[in-house]
Amino acid sequence: MQQFLRRHPAVQAWLLLSPGGLFLSVFFIAPLFIVLIYSFLQRGTYGGVVWQFTFENFRRVFDPLYFNTFLRSAYIAILTTFFCLLLGYPLAYFIASRSPRTRSLMLLALMIPFWTNFLIRTYAWLTLLRTNTGLINTALLSLGVIAAPLPLFGNDFAIIVGLVYGWLPVMVLPIYAALDRLDPSLIEAARDLYASSAQVFRRVIWPLSLPGVVAGSMLVFIPALGSFVTPAILGGGKSLMIGNIISNQFLAAHDWPFGSALSMLMMTLMLLGTLYYFRSTLKAEADA
Amino acid sequence: MKRLIILTSLALALAACTQPTPAPAPPPAPAPGPVEPAKEIVMYNWTEYIDPEIYGQFEEATGIRVIEDNFSNNEEMLAKLQGGAAGYAVTVPSDYTVSIMIEEGLLAKLDHANIPNLSNLAERFTQTPYDPGNVYCVPYMWGTTGIGYDTAVMDAPESWAVIFEPDPASPAYGRATMLDDTREAFAAALSYLGYDINTTDEAQLQEAKEALIRARAGLAGYDSDTYEDLIAAGENVMAHGWNGDFLLAQEENENVGFAMPQEGGVVWVDNLCIPASATPEQKAAGEILINYLLDPEVAAQNSGFIYYASPNAAAEAFLDEEFLSDPTVYPPAELLDRLQYLRPVGEVESLYQRLWDEVKSAD
Repeated sequence: MQQFLRRHPAVQAWLLLSPGGLFLSVFFIAPLFIVLIYSFLQRGTYGGVVWQFTFENFRRVFDPLYFNTFLRSAYIAILTTFFCLLLGYPLAYFIASRSPRTRSLMLLALMIPFWTNFLIRTYAWLTLLRTNTGLINTALLSLGVIAAPLPLFGNDFAIIVGLVYGWLPVMVLPIYAALDRLDPSLIEAARDLYASSAQVFRRVIWPLSLPGVVAGSMLVFIPALGSFVTPAILGGGKSLMIGNIISNQFLAAHDWPFGSALSMLMMTLMLLGTLYYFRSTLKAEADA
Repeated sequence: MKRLIILTSLALALAACTQPTPAPAPPPAPAPGPVEPAKEIVMYNWTEYIDPEIYGQFEEATGIRVIEDNFSNNEEMLAKLQGGAAGYAVTVPSDYTVSIMIEEGLLAKLDHANIPNLSNLAERFTQTPYDPGNVYCVPYMWGTTGIGYDTAVMDAPESWAVIFEPDPASPAYGRATMLDDTREAFAAALSYLGYDINTTDEAQLQEAKEALIRARAGLAGYDSDTYEDLIAAGENVMAHGWNGDFLLAQEENENVGFAMPQEGGVVWVDNLCIPASATPEQKAAGEILINYLLDPEVAAQNSGFIYYASPNAAAEAFLDEEFLSDPTVYPPAELLDRLQYLRPVGEVESLYQRLWDEVKSAD
């Protein structure tokens, strides 16, 4: 047996891969396949599916009601990504320029809140943002800064605050990794060639950290687009994102096929985006 | 590193949009002869819907430990059981959901020999329209859906207009919530418009949808779980919700009140049932629990704790006079005439859901 394996490295590799492969097929590929099949079936009146083939679910996906929600979700996810980048880049730069010891402490401090359950962190924001009894409004009102409570809760603002807070660490980490690998001698070289600080940043640091920026942006954008807990809690249930529509199809509307079709559409769009990114970075690497 | 990042983002992308789709569970085989009741069972219940001390007392009396899992609306519970979730010995669907669950084969028939306390039920709860003869379920609590409010800030709402005609001058403007529950929200709008709360007429439903969209201007949000606490805490002033929840919140803040609008609305009964997916051992233990909850003293203790009216006639001897005469717990007869049960609407349900999505997505 051992000799057989030694002589056939391909078989050995397949054997080594099989536990992981089996796990993925049973718990990932098979469920995904069920979602795909369900998306072409008809709904049962009170949930479940009726085994009758139809394209109707995919036609409904482009119904303005649902498609607009999709666009709105994309808009919220883009703003979330933008603000994460705006806050995350300077933070990553700051951390990367500290001494190794301080760096690891700061990274740890960044990650600790991330280990807390997302739901609990979102509820924590509720106590800050609530319109009439939230800490921010009560403090500002009692200090006389404002005369009426600010609309901090139950709107897109609250959703974006919650999402930016929740996903900031995954923006910072890849950017930090990219900046950390940046060769300081390149910056010295630029300075020796009389580049101003702005020029050094624009022409050396920024382009070299770009892979981290793109990776971080994708890591933020994708979960933000599919989020449904944050809009349900901080949005007060008043403004829906596509994640809420999907979860409602299963948990409230008894329409599993339509929920599956919406999921498939989202997956396809994200897959296309990821593939595009994958190919363009491969091309960039080949060019470099 | 970069590859890793790409792969992680890909995995996250897929995880972010994959919904669980469990396969249906096989039906349990019928038990041969008497079965030994399970020593530990799970009760799938609404939040804050039982006196938690009862679990300890029950374990002491029977040796069966009860673990509780929660849902926040009927549809969520139904979806989970339809998805094949097994292991629940007892669940608590409302009237119209009982009809659906019977039709879908999700409920087990009760063995009345194991539930002698069934005789304690008031007569009208033994012949309910959704399950005459208590074949599948035993009424647990009943109540009404109306409007809770902060009595220190506003007068008792007399009409659903306080919700459907939002007035910027009202103290409740922007400080009100509605139930995040399709049928309840439409029932409120249909009552306001003077239509049948179980209507299947599309024009009436469209009109109800318009009313629900108009109401949004005055709402802080949709909430089925914490609305009464938010009034007690002073965050909100008014909420569409279930009567007992507001009465329970009076313990925190005595200014929480409840009123049933004159147009009428929903009366409901929540029922103890055993899912068809329960094993014979779980079912036997579940029936012991149901029987225990029907004990007059236990039922009175439970009602007195969660502030909902008990369908248990024998329990009334153990409830104090003040509770029994409270019109918000036990609505007077002339009001009861204006209240209706929600009933399943069949195929029209998808129209309800579609219109509700429009309400929830309106700007």
